[in-house]
Amino acid sequence: MNHSISLTVNGARRDFVLDDPRVTLLDLLRERLHLTGTKKGCDRGQCGACTILVDGKRINSCLALAISHDGADILTIEGVARGDQLHPVQAAFIAHDGFQCGFCTPGQIMSAIGMMREAQAGDDPERIRECMSGNLCRCGAYAGIVDAVREAQERMDESNQRRSA
Amino acid sequence: MKPFDYVRPATVAEAVAAAAQPGATYLAAGTNLLDLMKGGVSRPDRLVDVTHLEGLDGIEHLADGSLRIGALVSNADLAHDAGFARSYPAVAEALLSGASAQLRNAATVGGNLLQRTRCAYFYDTASRCNKREAGSGCDARDGENRAHAVLGWSESCIATHPSDFCVPLVALDAIIEIEGRNGRREIGLDELHRLPGDTPQRESALEPGDLITAVRLPPAARDFAAHARYLKVRERTSYAFAVVSAAAALQIENGKIKEARIALGGVAAKPWRARTAEDVLKGVAPTADAFQEAAWRALTDAKPSGDNAFKIELARRIVVRALTLAAAGTPARLPALPASPFASTSGAIHA
Repeated sequence: MNHSISLTVNGARRDFVLDDPRVTLLDLLRERLHLTGTKKGCDRGQCGACTILVDGKRINSCLALAISHDGADILTIEGVARGDQLHPVQAAFIAHDGFQCGFCTPGQIMSAIGMMREAQAGDDPERIRECMSGNLCRCGAYAGIVDAVREAQERMDESNQRRSA
Repeated sequence: MKPFDYVRPATVAEAVAAAAQPGATYLAAGTNLLDLMKGGVSRPDRLVDVTHLEGLDGIEHLADGSLRIGALVSNADLAHDAGFARSYPAVAEALLSGASAQLRNAATVGGNLLQRTRCAYFYDTASRCNKREAGSGCDARDGENRAHAVLGWSESCIATHPSDFCVPLVALDAIIEIEGRNGRREIGLDELHRLPGDTPQRESALEPGDLITAVRLPPAARDFAAHARYLKVRERTSYAFAVVSAAAALQIENGKIKEARIALGGVAAKPWRARTAEDVLKGVAPTADAFQEAAWRALTDAKPSGDNAFKIELARRIVVRALTLAAAGTPARLPALPASPFASTSGAIHA
């Protein structure tokens, strides 16, 4: 039986006909939309490489059935920059060498963006580490990742203060 | 993954009818179920998706002082609800010590209760497992069983229940609201999970079609807010299941314990309420000696199921430590590392 769903992906509405309910959000993004920035690491919810935002919240797209998310608003790594202007978290990852091979990086960045929206960690490195523990980095670039997230958080706090001043 | 039919009911009654059919199972976030299906451990014919049902995602204060938490509230939304964390701090701490932020954002309250054991032999379809395939045997019994049960286990099954959330919930007498084929009923959380006995494949008191719609905390549960902690020992500091955990909640008046609640995680096929240990503490001063005595009582019936005798002594010490932390008072803000025995990831203090 075919199922029709529609999603908003990086701001654009997309309609799909699914001929099999087994397809995950991860596979839909990669195979149907060719948005391959979202990575398939473990495919079992253990590594975080597939992290995306669904309705503003970070989740593991490998453990989410697309069919169950009919109507959802999805943000992937392809949707965070504005043209050539990098998202502050992307820029901070470059400034602080927050990666080596880069495979986990889209998931790390999406997770960091989600974490900043959750506003639980602030710029405390200990809390950042805890709140980012769902993203593994086999190269061990954690020190740079924590520095990058902390700087991005500080930048965001400063710009919020300027806006409210 | 085995093919399945997908059903999205519009009402709870439709959901119950659809899920009562043989081979059907409920889908909420699917963070555990999809993992099990990918591994061939769970092989449902039909998924009944309850995530679009109305009215199951609210946190509601009832007139009698109870709190009703809808089954579809996410683990993260519940833990980050400021009023909830203030009134039931050990529950919030337990939630935030479980899984990762991504999983907590997706995983639901009802799903957390019904997650399956992480016994490796249950997950490995080449192994014998009485829980996965009734009567096939238990390869954990003579296998790698360091993390397995020390309480309530049987020769058929030595698996543990992995939930953190359930541990303080069972300590606080949480009630489960269920919609089933014969209408609505409720049971204590302590009655939801079954010990294995000869039928480890039957894990809960739920019947086919039964849908958990809410978890309710009774009025008395908030009386422990000033002295409630969850403590969890893991193989790594974050994003790991408990080796042993404990929830401790106290009411202290005029230097004496008026009421005590203690439950253990990672030790049995269900969240383990330690009522005899609670009785020891009633009416006495919150001293190290009293906590030692309570911890001893909590583990009186424990016995190793394999290479895990260490868990019995570890559990005693965790009970003492959780009670000591609870007596010292609930911290104003949750620690950076929720439920961790360590204050910090760097230069951890090994007390």
